[in-house]
Amino acid sequence: MTGSPPLTTRAAGRHALLVELPDAERTAAFHAEVLRRRATGALPPVEEIVPGACTVLLDGVSDPQALARGLTDWDVPQRADDDGDVVEITVRYDGPDLADVAGMWGVTPAEVAALHTSLTHRVAFCGFAPGFGYLTGLPPELHVPRRATPRTRVPAGAVALAGPYSAVYPRSTPGGWQLIGTMPDPGPLWDPARERAALLTPGTRVRFVTADDISTGVTG
Amino acid sequence: MTAKLMTVRSGALTTVQDAGRRGHAHLGVPRSGALDAPAMRLANRLLGNDPGAAVLETTLTGCALRPDRAVTAVVGGAHCPVTVDGRPAAWGAPVRVPAGAVLNVGTATAGVRSYVAVAGGIAAEPVLGSRSTDLLSGLGPDPLRDGDVVPVGAPAGTVALPVAAPWPGPPAELVLPVRLGPRADWFAPAALRTLTSATYRVSPHSNRVGLRTEGPPLERALTGELPSEGIVLGAVQVPPDGRPVIFLHDHPTTGGYPVIAVVAEPALAAAAQAAAGTPVRFTLG
Repeated sequence: MTGSPPLTTRAAGRHALLVELPDAERTAAFHAEVLRRRATGALPPVEEIVPGACTVLLDGVSDPQALARGLTDWDVPQRADDDGDVVEITVRYDGPDLADVAGMWGVTPAEVAALHTSLTHRVAFCGFAPGFGYLTGLPPELHVPRRATPRTRVPAGAVALAGPYSAVYPRSTPGGWQLIGTMPDPGPLWDPARERAALLTPGTRVRFVTADDISTGVTG
Repeated sequence: MTAKLMTVRSGALTTVQDAGRRGHAHLGVPRSGALDAPAMRLANRLLGNDPGAAVLETTLTGCALRPDRAVTAVVGGAHCPVTVDGRPAAWGAPVRVPAGAVLNVGTATAGVRSYVAVAGGIAAEPVLGSRSTDLLSGLGPDPLRDGDVVPVGAPAGTVALPVAAPWPGPPAELVLPVRLGPRADWFAPAALRTLTSATYRVSPHSNRVGLRTEGPPLERALTGELPSEGIVLGAVQVPPDGRPVIFLHDHPTTGGYPVIAVVAEPALAAAAQAAAGTPVRFTLG
């Protein structure tokens, strides 16, 4: 299915355009279309393309108004479920909030692992810290609130949930998310010396696998 | 052989900065780079360096450096006394620092951030194409500590043309031209009038992430939570206390508080030199 995107554009200063979409799914589709057009040279020069929860920021644009007018003619295909790179992340489901999350989901802790690994997640956007991806893919009934009191220290590799998102902390920081597990080797999440510094870039699909399922840390 | 600078006195906060780290905002990487970019570029030009060569950015109290080989340096940006082995030296113009002599960048007499450029540039290891210290996410070299050794690159060998150096003074009043949006509609009409008519003051809690202000709070019309969205340099974000924060180079790349307006980038150099207590006015334009 294709069609003109139901989008709203908002100027962000003189050289940026914030494009607002109705939901995360259409934001992902629009973001993919922006990247496709940039790859084929069909996009005016843009310095930064920054997706958000329901927005895509196009920053460093010489004429944002002209770009906004052009967007109305875009044909944006729906994003196919199997579109994009896949990364597998090994998890030990042993987080300190696993029992709480199991309670909120109405299942046992073992079933939290089974449910979380059964879903395909996708990086919607990054922020908070380099390489910290906000992963969509949890159905609404599995959304959980942040903890009432944030932790002063969440360890690197913590696998966490908050609202509609899953995430893996690339490094130790304070944090208020519910910790359900651990990625034993979080090193690959962020390595600025590598060609692709972040493992979890916007648009990447993510599958969590339990430590028993495979022996290697990360594939993709 | 290239020179190395021994940090004799690191000052309140001295970081390596260049033109910044572009093109990685979608990974959560701030732009970073010199807050007073025109001062960095001018100091470099006076030495025949690339305008975006890495320099040292000091904060209020300057720093002191001892090269192991003779270097030529320019101290610009915030006005301050400059000495070489205790003898007064030029501010805002090339200074020869002999091997083993101490270049002292004194406490700012006007402005906040002085820039120390050295012929050849600071040769710290680049991360994602930039040598800048990013204080929000900890990329790039750590802030200088006493005793740290800073590598210098090879001078280009070209002779800098004499430039009539137009160093601007720090603002007595910081006037920030803004365009409203992208989330001006999240605020009550009275808040937009307040933004462009009230006088704010630079808060002492300002840093490289943001220039915080003190003044009348801006009241929101929509009280819900804004889903995280991308943020531009110069964004005027309004946190729950209602006092606008102007995002500077180490700002987070996405955020969930509404941005009422965006400051034009050329005005941010003056914001970098506005000391705590400086009056701030926002004007439409």
